[in-house]
Amino acid sequence: MNNNVKSVREPLFHISKRGDVSLKRQILTRVIAVAAGLILGSIVCTIAYGSSPFDFLYYLVEGNFKPFDNFWEMIKKTALLLMIGLALIPAFKMKYWNLGGNGQILMGGLITIICMINLGDTVPDGVVWMIMLLAAMLVGAIWAVIPALFKAFFKTNETLFTLMMNYIAVGLVAYAIKKIGGKESTGTIGVVQSGQLPELGHSVVLILIFAIIITLFITFYIKSSKHGYEVSLVGDSENTARYGGINVKKTIIRTLILSGAICGIVGFLLAGSINHTIVTEETMANSGFTAFTAIIVVWIAHNNPLATIGVSFGVIFINNGMMRVQSSLSITEKTVPDMIIGIMYLIIIACEFFITFRIKFNKKKNETIKTVEEVK
Amino acid sequence: MKKLLTLLVAAIMAVACCFGLVGCGGGNEEAEGVDIPPVESAEAKQFDDVQIKSDFKIGVICLHDTSSTYDKNFIDSVRAAAAALGLSDSQVVIATDIPEGADCTTKANELANSGCKAIFADSFGHEDFMIASAQANSGVQYYHATGYKAASAGLDNYHNAFASIYEGRYLAGVAAGMKLKEMNANGEIKSYNKDDNGNVKIGYVGAFTYAEVVSGLTSWYLGVKSQFSKVVMEVQFTGSWYDEVGERTAANTLISHGCALISQHADSMGAPSACEIAGIPNVSYNGSTINECPDTFIISSKIDWTYYFKWIIASVGHVDGVEVDAIPTDFAGSLKNGMVALTSLNPDVMAAGTRAKILELRQQIMDGNLKVFDCSKFTVGGVALTTEDSHVVTENGVTYYAESVGQSAPSFAYVIDGITFLNTEY
Repeated sequence: MNNNVKSVREPLFHISKRGDVSLKRQILTRVIAVAAGLILGSIVCTIAYGSSPFDFLYYLVEGNFKPFDNFWEMIKKTALLLMIGLALIPAFKMKYWNLGGNGQILMGGLITIICMINLGDTVPDGVVWMIMLLAAMLVGAIWAVIPALFKAFFKTNETLFTLMMNYIAVGLVAYAIKKIGGKESTGTIGVVQSGQLPELGHSVVLILIFAIIITLFITFYIKSSKHGYEVSLVGDSENTARYGGINVKKTIIRTLILSGAICGIVGFLLAGSINHTIVTEETMANSGFTAFTAIIVVWIAHNNPLATIGVSFGVIFINNGMMRVQSSLSITEKTVPDMIIGIMYLIIIACEFFITFRIKFNKKKNETIKTVEEVK
Repeated sequence: MKKLLTLLVAAIMAVACCFGLVGCGGGNEEAEGVDIPPVESAEAKQFDDVQIKSDFKIGVICLHDTSSTYDKNFIDSVRAAAAALGLSDSQVVIATDIPEGADCTTKANELANSGCKAIFADSFGHEDFMIASAQANSGVQYYHATGYKAASAGLDNYHNAFASIYEGRYLAGVAAGMKLKEMNANGEIKSYNKDDNGNVKIGYVGAFTYAEVVSGLTSWYLGVKSQFSKVVMEVQFTGSWYDEVGERTAANTLISHGCALISQHADSMGAPSACEIAGIPNVSYNGSTINECPDTFIISSKIDWTYYFKWIIASVGHVDGVEVDAIPTDFAGSLKNGMVALTSLNPDVMAAGTRAKILELRQQIMDGNLKVFDCSKFTVGGVALTTEDSHVVTENGVTYYAESVGQSAPSFAYVIDGITFLNTEY
């Protein structure tokens, strides 16, 4: 008898989904999480480097605003990360895990550079720019649609497939660099002077224009278009979608063409407007700024295009700030800085968990056993 | 009770983590080695007494962080120079993980705008982006290691620097050659270590088929050959300056081909650690790996940038009324000013008498009596190089390839007889 009672003993706690959480409470929880992340980050920094806890917070903010060019840099990177996030949203809404953003960006950048080199001086600038944009969108879309075709027709696992496509892209870029650079090449091709995109007063302007257009488009696409509705239906249940008369294969392929094309645009901007060169190392930009980061961003933003803006900003803010923390405290090894960034992400992601779920500790466990024993 | 216990365990773990972190911060102890004394010359010391302005700042842009031996070498050098000239920590701003793209320009501009009067970048691919920043900030001096465009850029605030590292490579090769000789005498060279003609095989992991790498591997091979003539070398390229897995794989390929000794020109610990696991003697580059590879590390050649950094700090940051020589647009350091340096030898691995031999040959190179690329010591396609190549000169009856003269970056790109490139697509 006693044994039986013990075997049904309840666990320490159980998890249940919360009902509707008020917006106020959601915001408050997130603010607390961000604050907790910052405080924990400064504690780790203080322990590891013996700096004052306020140094960390001060440099984190200073790095984004001083000198003032850093502010524009922050806006520029936020816009780029945002665009990558927006590219992923339709696919993620469909529960198609597109991990190939880096490859799609890299291929878009590569074709842009090839256009710049080959057409830059022979065709009028305006025409080159259009060709660059369309080519980057096309190539990005092709890179995304290959795994999508396999998923649609053969049910291939897209996570591995898209991931592998990244490595193929890196290999192709390395090959192209060798071809362009010739025998003297050392993994760099230098700045391509021809066919550079216009500055429009400040290098941030063009990036912002594209970011705004894409944000508006994706917001509309997801929330108000028939396509967006079909995407969510396929994401919820393929069978239901099929029963409702939706062509699931077509939806997968169409959505990934869109996703890849936007990644292609990011590659177009990186190669044509920002770097004017291409290297194999991911998206050529500082840490915290790749399609993998964008996955975290979209996850935290719950696939909401507008929330993605805020989260992108937060991520770039932390990364840019950490660079200043590093150089100000003479940190030349990024193990601990990476850990601090990781801790901050983790706390923010964990807070999303607590917003969605409730943890209930099971009380009175001992008393139950007692009563049973008393009965005996 | 259980909850309390859980809390206690959690608390202990948290505290342990904190101590663990602090533990990581401490430096690891240096293993003992046989020192190669630095060159004693007036040149190396001339900047030590220059007084520097208290508000002078130098900015250093690095491709990776200190986990790369390449970048660590620069960071250690600038810190040593700053310490020698009495600069505080806040006068040296080091920016790590700066990619070879527009971020480099942005970072250089940021450093210039925040008061750095001298800015240095360490990677080849930074060059175009440094030039862009140099054009925008004419009041700031720019210095770039390994580049070649300063002469043609036409800017008076942009400089290239390198070092005649082939001299150091040659001396490191001498240490390797003596080791081979000893291994051969002890019967440690087996039949699978030899090719069909009875030559002992050695291996080299290179980054790219680029002149800097080819010059380095050729001078190293010539150093080995000067001590042990029956030797051939296989070279495997990785197509990357920093690729831990690729370099380890390349080293293992060479080991599987029977190479008895290996060196490398790439920046990760991939090749040295593969050698340590396989028990193959290794000559390193950029810095000593004696702590990580105590049983196989022999010696490492490196460019010690301290002298150049001292010069930058002195020439840009000196207080008013002091004369410091201007830094040339193209500068190549050498054994004489201590920029080409050798680390300590590993007494457990090196052959007897290596130190004395290196010191003797080092003196000969400095005196000009020994030319590394002496054309009578090697052939290309069966014939010796002649003065048809404009780099080849004849001096005092010795015809040699004048490396790193005129342009600071290495230019020797011949594949000489005895060296086989296993892959050339990079």
